Amino acid sequence: MRRRTQRLWFVVGGLSVLSVAAALVLSAMSDNLVFFYSPTDLIKKAPPVGRMLRIGGLVEAGSVRRSDDGSVAFVVTDTNKTLAVSYHGLLPDLFREGQGVVAQGRLQPDGTFAAAEVLARHDENYMPPEVAKALKDQGMWHPEDGKKPGQQTAPAAMLDRPSGGGQ
Amino acid sequence: MIIEMGHMALILALCVTFLQSTLPLVGAYYADSRLMGFARDAAMLQAVLVLFAFGALMHAFVTSDFSVSVVFEHSHSQKPMLYKVAGLWGNHEGSLLLWVSVLSIFGAAVAIIDGHLPDSLRARVLAVQGMIGTGFLLFILLTSNPFARLDPIPPEGQGLNPLLQDPGLAFHPPFLYLGYVGFSVTFAFAIAALLEGRVDAAWARWVRPWALLAWSFLTIGISLGSWWAYYTLGWGGFWFWDPVENASFMPWLMGTALIHTALVVEKRDTLKGWTILLAILAFSLSLLGTFLVRSGVLTSVHAFAVDPTRGLFVLVFLVSVVGGALTLYAWRAPILVPGGLFAPISREGALIFNNWLLASGAATVLVGTLYPLILDAAIGAKVTVGPPYFNLAFGALMAPLFCVMAIGPMLPWKRADLGAVLPRLSVALIVTFATVLAVMAIQGGGPVLALAGIGLGVWILCGVVTDLGARIKFSPSRALGLPRSAYGGALAHAGIAITLIGITGTLFWTTEHLAALNPGDKVELGAYELTFDGVTQVDGPNYRADRGAFRVTLAGQTLYTLYPESRRFTAPPQATTFAAIHPTWRGDLYIALGELSPKGWTARLYLKPLAPLIWIGGLLMALGAALSLSDRRLRIGAPARQKMRAAYAE
Repeated sequence: MRRRTQRLWFVVGGLSVLSVAAALVLSAMSDNLVFFYSPTDLIKKAPPVGRMLRIGGLVEAGSVRRSDDGSVAFVVTDTNKTLAVSYHGLLPDLFREGQGVVAQGRLQPDGTFAAAEVLARHDENYMPPEVAKALKDQGMWHPEDGKKPGQQTAPAAMLDRPSGGGQ
Repeated sequence: MIIEMGHMALILALCVTFLQSTLPLVGAYYADSRLMGFARDAAMLQAVLVLFAFGALMHAFVTSDFSVSVVFEHSHSQKPMLYKVAGLWGNHEGSLLLWVSVLSIFGAAVAIIDGHLPDSLRARVLAVQGMIGTGFLLFILLTSNPFARLDPIPPEGQGLNPLLQDPGLAFHPPFLYLGYVGFSVTFAFAIAALLEGRVDAAWARWVRPWALLAWSFLTIGISLGSWWAYYTLGWGGFWFWDPVENASFMPWLMGTALIHTALVVEKRDTLKGWTILLAILAFSLSLLGTFLVRSGVLTSVHAFAVDPTRGLFVLVFLVSVVGGALTLYAWRAPILVPGGLFAPISREGALIFNNWLLASGAATVLVGTLYPLILDAAIGAKVTVGPPYFNLAFGALMAPLFCVMAIGPMLPWKRADLGAVLPRLSVALIVTFATVLAVMAIQGGGPVLALAGIGLGVWILCGVVTDLGARIKFSPSRALGLPRSAYGGALAHAGIAITLIGITGTLFWTTEHLAALNPGDKVELGAYELTFDGVTQVDGPNYRADRGAFRVTLAGQTLYTLYPESRRFTAPPQATTFAAIHPTWRGDLYIALGELSPKGWTARLYLKPLAPLIWIGGLLMALGAALSLSDRRLRIGAPARQKMRAAYAE
């Protein structure tokens, strides 16, 4: 075993492991990247029906309807456009009308959104940053009303994850 | 007054670190022993000054001195003492002061403990430590002064985020920082070695204890964080692939690679350049983690600071440290004398395989963590890279690593014969398959990935036992004669296996039940039956809680009652979940109480098989590293070291 052979072997092996890793990254990334849309974005950009995505905004006051089979329907607004959301399961503790919410799920052919997971804030003053941005885009966000978004919040997930999820 | 003195001490510490980062380098260049010796005094003086500042801020927190801005913003006079103390690092300014304090303790430790180091090497190591200290002290003093005063003095503080009011806060951040900052020592050794132009077995022997120490602390810190999330967040998740978790996980992966290659440098005097690079990368990723958390670039739950000047400062600092170190590496690494040769199938070969996979794993985590930030900065799109990405990309890279983990330690150095080694693992292989079949029988099949996870865990455990057995051969004298580092390594590998088994059980076999309950309602959870006995109001020191009572019965027999709480804090007004967790042989019974809905009390009930193993494994890994660290051959002042030093000085 000569030194050059050893070095060659080291480099070739390293590069092949790295290329396997790159291939994994690319394939896993293309399937698992979740984009965020505000109700206005949804109309402007029209993402494909059936793709996993996140939506967010304020829960419109008076829009929450609970039915007997445990499913919930509500309307999310960014004060410009609205989106009807349906969800089957327990809502997080701090889910309230008039306050910020982020939901992950899929757009349905009829234009409504079927949420698989509803994430709400843990803190009375907390506004999900995506929602803050969506409202800011509509000129409706005044950070001085409450705390700055993201300030002094801590360990993993102020976002309450009611339906468990994968982990 | 104490506050101003603390501020003063930090400014003085900055002057000291500045001198510490320059004079010893000049001294080492001109072989001036006085200038080189200054490094030790400076490191100790710096520690005294920084710890004084830390004490001053601690005094303000303990006495609830609300004239200090950070105390006002993050503390409250009614808060239990533990959280007044821990509140110091539950915020941006204080946690940076903790960072620098830990750094100065490590610097002083190098100055005191490594007294037998060659003068020039020690001077250079401490100078690099001084540079890092200079950067962080500047950052604190210019952008994040913890000693800023308020006028007029507010009568009461704003309180600490209730999610942080947990013993987890007292221990998780300090351990994490001990780990992060511990890698600054190995980084400093790497840079010093590049400046010296020499890396050899003696160098590795000096570096390895520091790497083990940092790795051990980081392991504890990450495990504590994960456990904290598990019991406070109310749905039993233990790892979220949250950017801040990833920020601590990447240095851990690189540190794991580093403690393995440092062994190769020590034993076989080869892979030197790669080891140096790993030491640089491990600390660079620690700094990146600090940048991600402290700059506020993340829309993450851990982001305390939303301040662009801070972000810019840390970014410039990060780029200069990492860029400088890598430039120095590119320039000086080629002059390192290459060491011994080895065949691809050998202990060295297996360790290289380990390094490739760990480094690629860290790279996949890095890509997944930074991609949303880059996309946001470039085109303003908000995206999330979810856990499925990490589970797939990272998990697929770890599987081959786990396969080889059982074989690697049994291969001889330099050249190995797989035909001779593999038959010794045949019993291990049989036990592994038998276990998998048994699990299939019990679970009635089960997802393939779950079986693979259990199989790999058992395979690693069997490998550890086979390896130790082969070395001991049932002889007590051999067992006693085996170095502690051998037991340490075995323990750490077993820890990985146990964590893997715990993760697999929790991920694939959790039973969950979401319900709206009224008193008297019953819920079936695996073999257990839980009866809801209603909710009572209880008062805590600074919160009120709804406490639910759940009677647990197994086969008609009442075992015990669990009391999950939903707590409402007054300062600041916020609710947290305090889950009731009861470990059993069938898994953790985990109950989180929600709020009163029109249909009854909402509650989440889980049975999470094998869950405690996740953190027990983490503890075993840290203990394994500590056991290695206590090995006589690494201990200070061992006679062998004098010889090494003599050899180094030649």
